[in-house]
Formats: sequence, C-alpha cells, structure tokens
Amino acid sequence: MKKITTLCAAISALALSTGFAIAEADAPVLSIDGVVIATRAPAPEYLDIDEVISGWVFRTVETQALQMDDFDNPGMIFVDQALDDWNEVNGSEGKSCASCHTGGPEEFAGLRTVLPRWNEDAGAVWTMEDYINNSLVEHMGAEPWKVGKAQMNAMVALISLQSRGMPMNVAIDGPAAETWALGEEIYFTRVGQLDMACANCHIDNYGVMIRADHLSQGQSNGFPAYRLKNAKLNGIQSRFSGCMKNIRATPYAVGGPEFTALELYVASRGNGLSVEGPSVRN
Amino acid sequence: MKHITLLAASFSTALATATFAQEVTPADVVFSEYGAVEASLTGVAGNAENGASLFQNRKLGNCLACHVNSDMSDQGFHGEVGPPLDGVGANWSEAELRGILINSKNTFDGTIMPAFFVETAGVRTLDKFAGKTILAAQDVEDILAYLLTLTE
Ligand code: HEC
Ligand code: HEC
Repeated sequence: MKKITTLCAAISALALSTGFAIAEADAPVLSIDGVVIATRAPAPEYLDIDEVISGWVFRTVETQALQMDDFDNPGMIFVDQALDDWNEVNGSEGKSCASCHTGGPEEFAGLRTVLPRWNEDAGAVWTMEDYINNSLVEHMGAEPWKVGKAQMNAMVALISLQSRGMPMNVAIDGPAAETWALGEEIYFTRVGQLDMACANCHIDNYGVMIRADHLSQGQSNGFPAYRLKNAKLNGIQSRFSGCMKNIRATPYAVGGPEFTALELYVASRGNGLSVEGPSVRN
Repeated sequence: MKHITLLAASFSTALATATFAQEVTPADVVFSEYGAVEASLTGVAGNAENGASLFQNRKLGNCLACHVNSDMSDQGFHGEVGPPLDGVGANWSEAELRGILINSKNTFDGTIMPAFFVETAGVRTLDKFAGKTILAAQDVEDILAYLLTLTE
C-alpha cells in the first residue's frame, strides 16, 4: 500500500508540474486519511487531450472539503450499511459475502481499477455490478440487486473504497476492444432534442460554467458519488442517464450493454486518475 | 344578438386562418448561403419583453446557460460555453440573428448551440420532445426582438 501511495503522489506531482493553465490548477491536493489521490494525471496516449482531471477539482471549496475527511463524507454512511450486507446471510445457500471472501472486503483491493473488464466465461465486458449480482445469484442463491439502486451502489462503494488512491487502469484492447469502440461511438454521437454528445460538454467545454454548473471532464473515478443534490450514492450509469435526459435524449438501460460499453470507455478516459469512491459531488 | 355572435365567430376564424397561413414551418424556412433568414417566421412583430424572459427560462431558450449577458446582470450564473451576447444587436443583422436562432449550425459548423426551430428532432429524442421544435415560431421572433435591443 505504501508503495502505491508514493507512486500516486509522484504522478500527481508530475501532473501538477506540467502547469495546466486553468484556474482549477489552484485547487488543493486531495488527500484522505493520508492517502493521496491523483486528481490529475497525464492523459493516456489514445486520448485527444493532454491531461485527465477528476471531477473533484471542479467542485467548490466546500464540496471538496467534504471529501477530504471520511467523517464529513456522507457517502461513508452507505459504506457502513454495505458492510452489514457483506456479513448478512442471504439466499438459499445460507451464505453471506463473508462466507466465501474470508479476507474481508480488503480482498478486493485493486479490483475497482480494472473494471469494467472482459469476462471470458461470460463472453462479455462486466461491470462490478455484474460481478456482485453473479455472486448473489450463482454462489448464494439469492435475488440479484437492481443496478443503480441503493443497496448495489453501497456495495460498489465498499468494494471501490478498497482501491482508494490506486490509479484507474482499465484494458481497452484484446477482447474488450469491440465494447470499448462501441462506448467511444456513443460518447461522440450527438443525441436528443438538444443534439449534443458527451464530448461536446466534457471534452470541448470542461472548465467553463454552463449556467450554475462548472463543467468537468465527466470522469468516473469518483463513483459511486454521493450527490448533495439528491443526498444519496449515485451509480455511474445513473449519471449517464441523467446527462442524457438533460439533453432530452432517451437514456439506454442502466445495466444494459450500451451503458456498460460507455462505462468502459469513460473509465478509460480516466486511466491514471486515482479511485476516490465514494466521492462527494453537487 | 345571435347574428353578432355568429359574425364575431367567423371573423376570428378568419384571423386564425390568416395567422396560420403566415406561420412558417421548420421545413419551409429559407436560409441564405451563410445561414441568415430574411423572412419573419410569423409575420407578427416580436415582443422583446417576452423574449427576455424566454432567454433566461431554463426550459425554453435557456440562452443564459451558455452566454454571458450583461443586460441580465441581476441574474446569477451566466454560462461561458458560448461568447458573451453584449452588443449582438449591433454586430449582427436581424436576418443573421434569426438564422442563428433557428439553426445555428448553418452559421457555425458543428456548434454545440442547439437548433431551436428545426424539424429533425435529433437521435433518440425523449418521446415527449420528439417531433417538436425547442421554441415555437413566435418565441424565436420574440427572442430575436430582445437580441436586437442588445446594442452595446
Ligand atoms: C449539456 C452538457 C452535458 C452533456 C452533453 C453531458 N454531460 Fe455529463 N455532466 C454535465 C454537467 C453540468 C455535470 C455536472 C458537473 C460536472 O461534473 O461536469 C456532468 C457530470 C457528469 C459526470 C460526473 C462527473 C463527476 O466527477 O462527478 C459524468 C461521469 C458525466 N457527466 C458523463 C457524461 C456522459 C457519459 C455523457 C454522454 C452520455 C454526458 N455526461 C453528457 C453536463 C453534460
Ligand atoms: C449549449 C450552449 C448554447 C446555448 C444553450 C445557446 N448558445 Fe448561442 N452560442 C453557443 C456557442 C458555442 C456559440 C459560438 C458559435 C460556435 O463557435 O460554436 C454561440 C453563438 C451565438 C451567437 C453569435 C454570437 C457572436 O457574437 O458570435 C448568438 C447571437 C447566440 N449564440 C444566441 C443564442 C441565443 C439567443 C440562445 C437561446 C435562445 C442561445 N444562443 C443558446 C452556445 C449556446
């Protein structure tokens, strides 16, 4: 763990020293309980930008502060609830998550950084939600949880937390390439009555105000995100849904193949940024 | 009395037909080579006061989401996605501004600015907006009248 922290610090120092010329460069460094979070990183070579920046950088000083201490982060309440679910027996097999994952949620350190990823057995790209539901159904004989709903978001937050500070590192090649390409296509396709693509706001206009909102790069490294707006944890695909509705487009299904492809693509745009989960946003 | 009512009724029908006949549909809008639109969409003079309220209405024009407008400095949070609109009434002609409102893509290739009066309602548009223009023809004329007051 120590090694990873040092590495992240080095990455964020590097990113800072490249001196990005927008006002957000003055934002403080995000460090939570001694874990330094890389909120800026050099962009992966397949992107058309120089630097990737976490949504945290674009929030107000007050909102940023809520994420700098876990006691102030309202998202942590849900992480505690997920820990109860972790230990609770559920389903026909009489098992809890803890029955199989005897090392505790800590077993999953690093997992969040590589998701979504290709699952050979399933022959598809899987999100963390897919893995959780697979365990619920196949290993525990329980009902799957609804993707995007409270119980699921909380468990994703608990597992993501184990990777806090580690750099996102999803694979875009090999068997995942086709899904990634679909995600990329969705990201750049203009939709809805307002006829906009994700890229119009989150590539062309990040850093500027759109009415009262400070546009970020729309990164996913902070998800699930506790939003002050609705006072709960929000899954990444629900956020996609919200952005699509804002441009008056019909969202794809949360948990469906299109949004999973988009999730992989968006995650790849944040490779190098630290996992924050759960983050605080407005 | 009966006679008068009848007369009034047929008179207002005639008026409605007249307005309807003059209102241009999105498909019939004629653009110049550079995206300007000479003819009024309705033939009814624009109401600048109503235009100002449409300009800041989040559900209708929502122009303020993307443009700074010093004339509305009493409103918080002006967007910065597009250029400030101070002075546009002096810098652009009426026909050019009408064209920008109707479909700015004809003036600014690939712009993020929505087209407010076009038929093609976009890909995957939510059902409740499908086949509808963002603004009604008279809304466009009203906002245009307001923009023309922004001369400095
Ligand atoms: C009209 C502009 C607009 C479009 C188009 C748009 N978004 Fe957003 N998005 C926003 C705003 C405003 C926010 C909230 C402030 C911020 O983080 O940028 C946001 C936030 C986000 C966030 C949360 C970032 C964080 O750190 O909390 C993600 C992820 C995101 N958008 C992804 C997308 C994707 C994917 C698409 C396309 C399906 C999309 N957006 C389309 C305006 C837009
Ligand atoms: C989502 C963002 C957005 C919205 C909403 C928007 N605009 Fe724009 N507008 C732009 C951008 C960006 C440009 C600059 C053209 C370009 O380069 O794309 C522009 C350009 C203009 C111009 C030309 C200004 C100049 O001096 O070059 C006018 C006039 C204008 N907009 C008026 C409006 C009005 C009136 C509304 C509302 C009815 C509106 N806009 C809504 C983004 C927007």
